[in-house]
Amino acid sequence: MGLLDRFKAQRELHAQVKSCGADPFGVKMEKILSATEALIEGRPTILCGSNNYLGFTFDADCIEAAKETLDTCGTGTTGSRIANGSYHDHKALEQDLADFYGMKHCMVFTTGYQANLGAISTLAGPNDFLIIDADSHASIYDACKLGSATVIRFKHNDPADLDRRLGRLANEPGNKIVVVEGIYSMLGDHAPLKEFVAVTKKHGAYILVDEAHSMGVMGKTGQGVVEHDGVLDQVDFITGTFSKSMGAIGGFLVSNIEDFDILRVACRPYMFTASLPPATVASVRKSLAKLRANPGLMQKLWDNVDTLYEGARAAGFTVGAQKGPVVAVHINDPALAARAWRALLLNGVYVNLALPPATPSGTALLRCSVSAAHTKEQLQSVVDVLSGVGRELGILPTPAHAVAAE
Amino acid sequence: MDAVVAEIAIALQPFKKGDIAITADTDIAQDLNMDSLAVMDLLMELEDKFDVSIPLNMVPEIATVGQLARTVIESKKGA
Ligand SMILES: Cc1ncc(COP(=O)(O)O)c(C=O)c1O
Repeated sequence: MGLLDRFKAQRELHAQVKSCGADPFGVKMEKILSATEALIEGRPTILCGSNNYLGFTFDADCIEAAKETLDTCGTGTTGSRIANGSYHDHKALEQDLADFYGMKHCMVFTTGYQANLGAISTLAGPNDFLIIDADSHASIYDACKLGSATVIRFKHNDPADLDRRLGRLANEPGNKIVVVEGIYSMLGDHAPLKEFVAVTKKHGAYILVDEAHSMGVMGKTGQGVVEHDGVLDQVDFITGTFSKSMGAIGGFLVSNIEDFDILRVACRPYMFTASLPPATVASVRKSLAKLRANPGLMQKLWDNVDTLYEGARAAGFTVGAQKGPVVAVHINDPALAARAWRALLLNGVYVNLALPPATPSGTALLRCSVSAAHTKEQLQSVVDVLSGVGRELGILPTPAHAVAAE
Repeated sequence: MDAVVAEIAIALQPFKKGDIAITADTDIAQDLNMDSLAVMDLLMELEDKFDVSIPLNMVPEIATVGQLARTVIESKKGA
């Protein structure tokens, strides 16, 4: 058997998806025109799937900060923090994030994936338990595999189910860490954190919240669902990423736990990979400073969310149950979803095609994400194109008068 | 053991291929075409059915319905 033969299922699924006329997982952006537009197949295309929630990728101040640092600190650190040392801005960004969350400690990682991988695999030891939401991101599942703890899964966003499963572990001596996300990346729904925190405390467990899609998006100052639900002071660990609302790349862990810094010499995904390039750190510091100076930025995002979410719903699509900057348009059949995705692209709209098993319970999604940098006109045209494609492919019913005219 | 296999067979009805009966020797991935997500969902269902904890760490060791049944029985003892 050939080395890669065992990927038969993936190969078949990918071939089936590509038969829509293009490869949804190999899109080439010929030229990036702005935070919300790119040239794809020669066409100017509205980017409506890039998680660029605050549009910071093309913010003039962030670019300026990165450029200056590029000149003074060079292109890369060429090593990890423990081997090659921390640059001034690594430490400064950790301080900024600790301040932002009102926590004592922060560790910055090279990606959000590594932040979860590192935090979750290191915090839970061989005698401990990780109790994770069933719809957790791949980085959380992979962290469980990397670590040595016993892993139990509970029903998505279901505090009563978590309570039951923690209850079954009541006589186990190990520490228990509950892992949830703020906003979930696929369906755009968010965790009932108040209830989760209450259940967690009842069982004497710790709780870690991944705010990857909710930092800079939810809560009065943009801390995420922890702030929205008023539980910041009761969560033990928060992880997040700079690759979404912060417009760059990187990840973080904040906490008040005593002796936090021991993690820096115990956490392998922190120790054995190069640290963030200084220019990236500078742009993230600027993004965070801009969010803190002007949380009103989030209002523009939420106004835009209204346009897309309500627009898609009014057109007759089934969208995620909770309104937010991830707008998941449900198309039950993966092949049909791929054709719809292709038709959108041909009409100048880029969204993510999300298929099982990356999506929960076998659903196929046209996953849209909204940016504060979108104009109303752009989002209206996304709604129009979506509606046109939906009718053309029979996802939406054809309006009665159009049928009568035939 | 037989009683547990029978219970598991009931939970596996949606994955049954044609008329082939589900026994202790049924291979979950190969005979029933279940992907890893479906297996994890099955474990959750069995945890509730038998009121036990079945860690995800066990998944790589469970190939057949019989092995799954033994895992359930072991967890019940531990509880
Ligand atoms: C919930 C969640 N956590 C973590 C990550 C990883 O973030 P990063 O892109 O920084 O690796 C993502 C994004 O892919 C995510 O959706």
